[in-house]
Amino acid sequence: MAKVLVVADIRRGKLRNVTLEMLGAARVIADGDTVAVALLGKDVGGLAEGLGDFGADDVYVVDAPELESYNSGTYRRALLEVMGQFNPGVLFLAHSAIGKDLAPMVAARLGAGQVSDITSFEGKGENLVFVRAIYAGKAFTKVSVRQGLVIATVRPNNLVPAAAGAGKPGTLKSVSVSFEPPDLATLVKEVITKVSTGVDLTEAKVVVAGGRGVKDASGFTHLEGLAGVLGGAVGASRGACDAGYCDYSLQIGQTGKVVTPDLYIACGISGAIQHLAGMSNSKVIVAINKDPEAPIFQVADYGIVGDLLEVVPRLTEEFKKIRV
Amino acid sequence: MNIIVCLKQTFDTEERVLIEDGRVKEDGVRFVINPYDEYAVEEAIRIKEAHEGQVTVVSVGPTRFEEAIRTALAMGVDEAVLADDPALFGDEFTVAKVLAAIIRQRPYDLILAGNQAVDDGSGQVSVRLAEELGIPHISMVTKVEVEGNQVTVQRDAEGDIEVVSGSWPLVITAQQGLNEPRYPSLIGIRKAGKKPLTHVTLQDLGLSAEELAARTEVREIYLPKPKQGGRMLSGELTNVVKELAEALHSVEKVI
Repeated sequence: MAKVLVVADIRRGKLRNVTLEMLGAARVIADGDTVAVALLGKDVGGLAEGLGDFGADDVYVVDAPELESYNSGTYRRALLEVMGQFNPGVLFLAHSAIGKDLAPMVAARLGAGQVSDITSFEGKGENLVFVRAIYAGKAFTKVSVRQGLVIATVRPNNLVPAAAGAGKPGTLKSVSVSFEPPDLATLVKEVITKVSTGVDLTEAKVVVAGGRGVKDASGFTHLEGLAGVLGGAVGASRGACDAGYCDYSLQIGQTGKVVTPDLYIACGISGAIQHLAGMSNSKVIVAINKDPEAPIFQVADYGIVGDLLEVVPRLTEEFKKIRV
Repeated sequence: MNIIVCLKQTFDTEERVLIEDGRVKEDGVRFVINPYDEYAVEEAIRIKEAHEGQVTVVSVGPTRFEEAIRTALAMGVDEAVLADDPALFGDEFTVAKVLAAIIRQRPYDLILAGNQAVDDGSGQVSVRLAEELGIPHISMVTKVEVEGNQVTVQRDAEGDIEVVSGSWPLVITAQQGLNEPRYPSLIGIRKAGKKPLTHVTLQDLGLSAEELAARTEVREIYLPKPKQGGRMLSGELTNVVKELAEALHSVEKVI
């Protein structure tokens, strides 16, 4: 048994799915002990509704204007305050923009061990072992924390989400935090929103990725069309990013993002090993490439040899029929 | 201005990973500067060129790291410290403690490092280091502007760009897109051999093995199951597209 605290992953005022995935794991690991969720932000109290039914015994809410956009210092202060009140044995954060930054700060402050970017876990209590990729998925390790507080960041799309029906109301606990000058050592002056589709690459169930074969930036509009029909996100290979067809924030690979969607459609991507590392653990992989010898076909579940500029629009039309 | 860069040597990202006797096999592997640290090295040199100063690389790892460090020196870094005493090795907790101990022994204004390494991919060390030193940090940075002791950066927040400001001393972690690292020049390579590279041990840093003890333990390393050969769809495009859509919908149930 262990008390488990889940830091809700909030993006644009909404809970990301990974929050429920962490909650699912938390319930298993807590093994009957208390599960709590921390909601950190501004005007986030409303997100607490329903978390009890997903298994949260307590919901700690830190609602403050200083938490409106993510800031390392203020979020660190807020989380440490919640930690102080709840005193968990296990702490989960998402391996997201926020969790990646917040977890190691808290780990260092508390002298704790952290396992990053976990994709599954085994055992409980002292035998709790996390599975995580190394070399972006070319190999895997099983890692445990030797003693004391266990901190883990969780890769979206991998753990089984908590199901509703726990039938608990969840006790709301409002936490007030007084921020001090060191918490505001860095200041967020502006947030420039770039992503238009709203589907987050690392959390998307479907990823449509383009490589050099897309030929130019306008070629990506075809991929956006396909991703749009499937409610997915667009990604890219390093080749496409280096060639300037798209932004580096879309890059998938050992440098760039690692994604594990249900469906990965690789368009005009040859499949350099550094790209394969970032996507080969996707559940179903479709490859479209002119070159029948392209290494991408070795990891693909379905392959089509052909010109993506012909295939992709046809696929988009075909998927539209199914989605109707 | 004193700039520190934390650097790790990693496998070239084009390398395959093989496991032998429960360890990742290193024989015959091509090593490089961790690509994210390479952005940090490049940025440090650019800041030095624009504002004057001294760039020092600090590193924790085996003696083979020297090769990567020499490359950084050839790019324009002034000196380097390598903690290659195995008593200083451990996990992210350990490495952050060791880096902090080295850095505390010298003046520093700005500390640059990769946001993660392409081997372990934990993304912990740079942020832990800032906490160990008790200074702020800004992570996942794609643009840096230095004016006086004020630093304004752009950071990648899952596709959004955040403009964040802070002042020295500060840790900045590099994200892809920050810059295009230079290749060392011939003169740079020749000079690199003569630049100081200091080796430090547990004793030099006044640390004890106990306070550095790793918090985590790797119990097993293994390779993913190889993928079974997939299905190539061929024939008339109209049919191929129908067949694929049908398979993804009815068999795989992913759309």
